[in-house]
Amino acid sequence: MEFRYIYRGLGVGLLGGLLAFVFARIFAEPLIQDAIDYEDGRHEAQEALDAAAGLAAGAHDHGEVFSRSVQRNLGIGVGMALFGLAVGGLFVVVYLIVSRRCPNIRPRVLAALLAGAGFVGFYLVPFAKYPANPPAIGHEETIGARSALYVTMVGVSVVALGLAVVVGRWLAGRVGAWNASLVAGVVFLVLVGVAMALLPAYGHLGANRAEFGDFATETPQPLTAPNGTIVYPGFPADVLFRFRFYSVVSQLILWATIALAFGQLAERLAVAPARRQGRTAVSAADRPATAASTATG
Amino acid sequence: MTTPVAQPRQRSISLPLTARRVALGLTALLSLLLLYFIGVDQGATSLFGSDTHIHEFVHDARHFLGFPCH
Repeated sequence: MEFRYIYRGLGVGLLGGLLAFVFARIFAEPLIQDAIDYEDGRHEAQEALDAAAGLAAGAHDHGEVFSRSVQRNLGIGVGMALFGLAVGGLFVVVYLIVSRRCPNIRPRVLAALLAGAGFVGFYLVPFAKYPANPPAIGHEETIGARSALYVTMVGVSVVALGLAVVVGRWLAGRVGAWNASLVAGVVFLVLVGVAMALLPAYGHLGANRAEFGDFATETPQPLTAPNGTIVYPGFPADVLFRFRFYSVVSQLILWATIALAFGQLAERLAVAPARRQGRTAVSAADRPATAASTATG
Repeated sequence: MTTPVAQPRQRSISLPLTARRVALGLTALLSLLLLYFIGVDQGATSLFGSDTHIHEFVHDARHFLGFPCH
């Protein structure tokens, strides 16, 4: 019984991931290429500065494992499809647990509520603290700390959402559903707000402060020559904004696909066994009734 | 008459419950494992040593999905 839901959850997750990939391939990839071009240009400018200062040019060759063409067309597709699959799996597990506890909520409404909660708790709130960054933003030395901070933020956000729902359900019987929902929303915002205030900004990590100074983010600042003139600009703001905006849109596509497609499929699944049970219930009810009628007649 | 009917009924309910828990637990576990490989592995931590094939292959997706990347 559960497997029919699980297959569908994984399927719609995969579909959502593929749709998000189509969007990413069209809208995000040109920006990713812009960011990589910026990084390469900055690298060259830095080398020229080093050469002028008499420093030995470090042969800093990345040695590509996969070509840009593979990363741009295949890698991002596989990555986003599998991400969708994993999100679909987590979604359907939560859906099955919650739908058993709250059998009165209509399947498509529950699917929409849970997908909305997933989008906000799993992506949007962590994004508010640690937004997605294109290539060229992010220092190699801090990857460990940044990964730990990001995963922590996701975990805190999801746990806070769960706590807020528990509080809301507990209050619903006392102050009504509307007021309970408002209180639950406030509880969630306060919890994630405290976490955001306590967790450090990427730019304030020790390694970053020591090397780059007091900046909140790792976004590259303009590159200056020793005499103070700017020889290479800071990271283009428009590219950064559009990359982040499209990142949000692609997640919306993923979660909306899960909400609508899974909701539709779950409605059908919920109706299908009920019909069968209805039929047997009717035939079972018919028999004693006819027997009784024949007995009385 | 009613007791022998009630007993197998209880059993038939408790067994699917455990199967359900296993199914849900496995789905959640495998999903989290998949998320780890797409989002984090071969960046901060690496299960396959210093190899970077997964990281480089899903590189663009990792950036775009919001995971930290260098």
